[in-house]
Amino acid sequence: MTGAGGAGPAVVVVGASLAGLRAVEELRHRGFDGPITVVGAERHLPYDRPPLSKQLLAGEWGVDRIALTVTTPGGLDGLDVDWRLGTRAVGLDVGGRRVALEGGDELRYDGLVIATGAAPRRLPGTDGLAGVHTLRTLDDALAIRADLDAGPRRVVVIGAGFVGAEVAATCRGRGHEVTLLEALPVPLERALGAEMGNVVAELHRDHGVDLRLGVGVAGFEGDGRVERVRLADGSAVPADLVVVGIGVSPATDWLAGSGLALDDGVVCDATTWVAPGVVAAGDVARWPSRRLGELVRVEHWDNAVAMGAHAARRLLAEPPFAGGDGGEVEPYDPVPWFWSDQYDRKVQLAGWSAGADEVAVVDGSTEDRRFVALYRRGDRLVGALSMNRPRPLVTYRRLIEEGAGWEEAMAQAASA
Amino acid sequence: MAYRVVVDFDLCESNARCMEAAPEVFEVRDDDYLYVLDETPPEELRPKVEEAVRRCPKAAISLVEE
Ligand SMILES: Cc1cc2nc3c(=O)[nH]c(=O)nc-3n(C[C@H](O)[C@H](O)[C@H](O)COP(=O)(O)OP(=O)(O)OC[C@H]3O[C@@H](n4cnc5c(N)ncnc54)[C@H](O)[C@@H]3O)c2cc1C
Ligand code: SF4
Repeated sequence: MTGAGGAGPAVVVVGASLAGLRAVEELRHRGFDGPITVVGAERHLPYDRPPLSKQLLAGEWGVDRIALTVTTPGGLDGLDVDWRLGTRAVGLDVGGRRVALEGGDELRYDGLVIATGAAPRRLPGTDGLAGVHTLRTLDDALAIRADLDAGPRRVVVIGAGFVGAEVAATCRGRGHEVTLLEALPVPLERALGAEMGNVVAELHRDHGVDLRLGVGVAGFEGDGRVERVRLADGSAVPADLVVVGIGVSPATDWLAGSGLALDDGVVCDATTWVAPGVVAAGDVARWPSRRLGELVRVEHWDNAVAMGAHAARRLLAEPPFAGGDGGEVEPYDPVPWFWSDQYDRKVQLAGWSAGADEVAVVDGSTEDRRFVALYRRGDRLVGALSMNRPRPLVTYRRLIEEGAGWEEAMAQAASA
Repeated sequence: MAYRVVVDFDLCESNARCMEAAPEVFEVRDDDYLYVLDETPPEELRPKVEEAVRRCPKAAISLVEE
């Protein structure tokens, strides 16, 4: 057994990516100088995922451009972390404060940060079929890129969520033929709602994507390598390369049997606390949002950054790191924010679009694809979307933060 | 030790995450461009400026120690 060499409390972070790294950075910034071990299933040091579907896939950036950095003096080395990369955690003993690693090793901890993110959902019948990819990791992105580099490809993207839409845009930019298949009647419906999803649909059609909505995928054909995607209506789409982007599931498999509450993620309290000595952050974590009055899980870059740091502060507020019970740590209750780049359009959403009763364009126009739209739920402003019009979003995001009413938002729009 | 704020404007997408972290130093104006208000902010702003560096989704901000 390895871990704290008796030198005071030890921290283990499982997940060597964005949320995990920001947690470590915050621990050091707050003066924690005990041992920190970071366990990561991938063999890479922490890197940034958003470029995987954008500049990296386009071939504009190399791998060296996406390394994550820290503001800690001395950079990553200055964090003084024991990296256990290419190693998967396979079990957790909450009472005994031990993490089991594949290969039989165990790490003892006083504080544990769960930051294992999410893993892409797969479609049945794709195992062992070359040319069918998912996109979550650097290795995934490099495999897709190598496949695209091999020559002109007929690309079929399954699922018009953000990753699928970005892959479609990037592949068009590289000059490949692209078919984008989506089971729902509108792309990005879950993230943006039907009205704004339609704006994105037109964007893709104008760029020559064969966008097919409301279609189900029945299976794949090909001899060793994919040749066709069979659709539920009996037709087939020729394919040299398929990217499946049908969403992700929180990576909690290793926590089965730990006794932690697992329900579409690791369930935390409002301060990111999970169990004595255990906190969680990023795509894997689900917590009660006071703002929304329900459990939420957020799969955005900005959330992983902020929640990782918050979880670190939460950990330091309880024994053996501090005397208190952590009760003084504020709840984690942000207004979520994300961006997406497709072609030359920059999309940003602050807040929530789901369950909105109304969407109103308050700046610019959807025809010009330069606009801001606001989402109303009941009498409140709950979300704001911008496309190539960033500045007003700052104002509306603040209004959402303050819990502003719809009338106030409309008055703001009228005065701008 | 003094430090200088350097923004790579080829990377910047004016989404103003930095402005929310350190409004004393970063401002996105109505023309949708980012302006650095103070390239050599005082030491007491360093935590906020570092937060801006971390919150920039494009990794467009760097701090050069001088
Ligand atoms: C292609 C792509 C494009 C994206 N673009 C955007 C964007 O434009 N805007 C935006 O806001 N967000 C974007 N995102 C989302 C953003 O990258 C994620 O929200 C963010 O990476 C979440 O960070 P995380 O640290 O919580 O999880 P992850 O980044 O998923 O990291 C979790 C890590 O834990 C590891 N792990 C899992 N299980 C174990 C285990 N049992 N033991 C050890 N290690 C384990 C995983 O291998 C992984 O390295 C994008 C994501 C992808 C994949
Ligand atoms: S956060 Fe980064 S991308 Fe956004 S405005 Fe600031 S420097 Fe530009």
